[in-house]
Amino acid sequence: MTPFAGAEPLYLDANATETLRPAARAALIAALDRVGNPASVHAEGRAARSLLEKSRAAIARHFGARPQDVVFCSGATEADAMAIHGLGSNRPILIGATEHDAVRAAAPNATTIPVNADGTIDLATLDRLLARQNGALVCLMAANNETGVIHPIAEAASLCAAHGAILHVDAVQAACRLDYDYLALGAASVAISAHKLGGPKGAGALLVAPAHADALAPLIRGGGQERGRRGGTQNLPAIAGFAAALDTAQLGNVARLAALRDAIEAGAREAGAIAVGADAPRLPNTTCLALPGLSAETQVIALDLDGICVSAGSACSSGKVARSHVLDAMGLGALAGCAIRVSLPWNASDTAPARFLAAYRRLAARALRKREGFSTSPEARAVAEPAII
Amino acid sequence: MRIVVAMSGGVDSSVVAGLMHEAGHEVIGVTLQLYDHGAASGRKGACCAGQDIHDARNVADRLGIAHYVIDAEAAFRERVIGDFAESYAGGRTPVPCVRCNQHLKFGDLLGLARDLGAEALATGHYVRREDGRNGPELHRAADEARDQSWFLFATTQAQLAFARFPLGSMPDKARVRAEAARMGLPVAEKPDSQDICFVPSGSYADIVGKLRPEATFPGDIVDGEGTVLARHDGIARYTVGQAKRLGAASGQVVTHIDAERRRIVVGPRDAGSRAVRFAEANWLIDPPEAPIRAAVKLRARETPRPATIDALSGVATLDTSALAAPGQACVVYDGTRVLGGGFIV
Repeated sequence: MTPFAGAEPLYLDANATETLRPAARAALIAALDRVGNPASVHAEGRAARSLLEKSRAAIARHFGARPQDVVFCSGATEADAMAIHGLGSNRPILIGATEHDAVRAAAPNATTIPVNADGTIDLATLDRLLARQNGALVCLMAANNETGVIHPIAEAASLCAAHGAILHVDAVQAACRLDYDYLALGAASVAISAHKLGGPKGAGALLVAPAHADALAPLIRGGGQERGRRGGTQNLPAIAGFAAALDTAQLGNVARLAALRDAIEAGAREAGAIAVGADAPRLPNTTCLALPGLSAETQVIALDLDGICVSAGSACSSGKVARSHVLDAMGLGALAGCAIRVSLPWNASDTAPARFLAAYRRLAARALRKREGFSTSPEARAVAEPAII
Repeated sequence: MRIVVAMSGGVDSSVVAGLMHEAGHEVIGVTLQLYDHGAASGRKGACCAGQDIHDARNVADRLGIAHYVIDAEAAFRERVIGDFAESYAGGRTPVPCVRCNQHLKFGDLLGLARDLGAEALATGHYVRREDGRNGPELHRAADEARDQSWFLFATTQAQLAFARFPLGSMPDKARVRAEAARMGLPVAEKPDSQDICFVPSGSYADIVGKLRPEATFPGDIVDGEGTVLARHDGIARYTVGQAKRLGAASGQVVTHIDAERRRIVVGPRDAGSRAVRFAEANWLIDPPEAPIRAAVKLRARETPRPATIDALSGVATLDTSALAAPGQACVVYDGTRVLGGGFIV
């Protein structure tokens, strides 16, 4: 049996969803008992509305927005779609090559802005593309979900301003992990998801810069909630949890996470891994490790069977691991199919690197055997290989 | 032991997973996503996963076993669907299930099972694996009506050594369904899958036509002398031995498909030949150096035909002549045991 069989799984997939923060959990549970609809006129409705607006104010304060410019929705996929449809319907759209599918699918005909080999956006090409477009909407993530690579948002925002373009920032992974105020940097809108920062699933927000607040056309009209910009009763418990998560989200934890991440990365490199995007500025909690010779999905499954939760690429609803467009865009070639993402949650334990590396070294040994041995047919491999890792 | 079960989402492989789990093994369910279900069913924006994948997950969940979906679309497209279209365009009649078993289930999936440290790969195939004096042997299933040994002739000895087929000894399908019901599996009543999995509408010629349009171009139906008897609407719609779709040539059978000239050649219904040539042979015994007496099956569903098989030259000489369709398999049996086989050329 595996050494950790029966133990609690080691959760290292925070970029898929963060561990719920205790304050968020408490606020979520308390809000579940609020019977009122924030749109109702009676006392219970007013109480619900009060909680909603308090949450809105806290979220606005945290992200440097005005409360009236926080549009609550179901999550970042919707927030991205809201920005692209609501602000970009009459604009040419440019998106980064490593954007999340939430952006890619909402802007299928967009022009792609390439990235450099380290995963950061190619600013020179962005400049050239913007010179050819009039009043474009540029969509750029603050930090990439698969590699943690941080894009130079301030520089991109300046280029946009210089060319009369507007910038939408998907700050899902950066929120509470990086200390930036994207609206202050010049973004027209910013997408945030509650469950990626330690809040509950099912709530998110689009933050809109005051200059664009009136231009935002709704995706869903419904009952005119969110000042007519997003119809549908707000998910109040999740929003209360969202605000509470921010209250306790401490950037002070960042140095500790970075140290744990560096320990994982150093150990993995010793075992033969390549850390993707490590030359670029990155999120403190994320590393993308490529292990030539073993497919990403095999690595994810083998680690899962050892009680370690990581991911690769972006999972589709079937759960299959699709090839990573992010790593393809970085020009990794065959290596793109051999990379996993390790993303530490805010509450990662100090023993996480040791436990991860124990399992990872076994994987790496198998990958090494495959690379050294049998570059022949699967049949020949099947004959030649011992069955046990 | 740690064992990977290939779970399609159907009742058969679900029962295999359940039985292995009950037997105390550490079962890892794996479902191969073979094609984009949304694209195959023509619904834009439909989920890429078909109902079968959801069913497999539900079964795994019910059993409390790990389950993973593996993206095998590229391999399936190239090695199964590509070969399928290629074969028809060349005037042959492919058996996609053989290619899928050969390259995906007992190729890539078996490799994954080894990579995960599993000691065996179990599938829901109706065949029996017996441990013989010289290693594992492949035999027909106890349930003759369900026997799938013909589709597994290309399994190598090394693959067979790693494979397990728990349904091979099931007396019939009713028993398999009863087992599913006993274990409370949500697929106990699920209908059997039909025909070719990647042809949901049943029009395989459309799929061939998309990849190799020339295989669906019209052409002539001719007799042995080359006299034109009728027209056809694509060689992909014909198989050697076929008696339908012959128009004015009805009453005869297809004896040959001339892909280059897009001609369907017909002959009398008793046409045939005793010699059947095969290639890409796979042997589950030491390849016989002298001709052997055994039986061959030239189609999935037929009674084995007595024959003398020369492995070295790749020729089976039938006792009585028959029409063998190129692309189909010539599988060699000794009683219930599969000795080997090859693709008819």
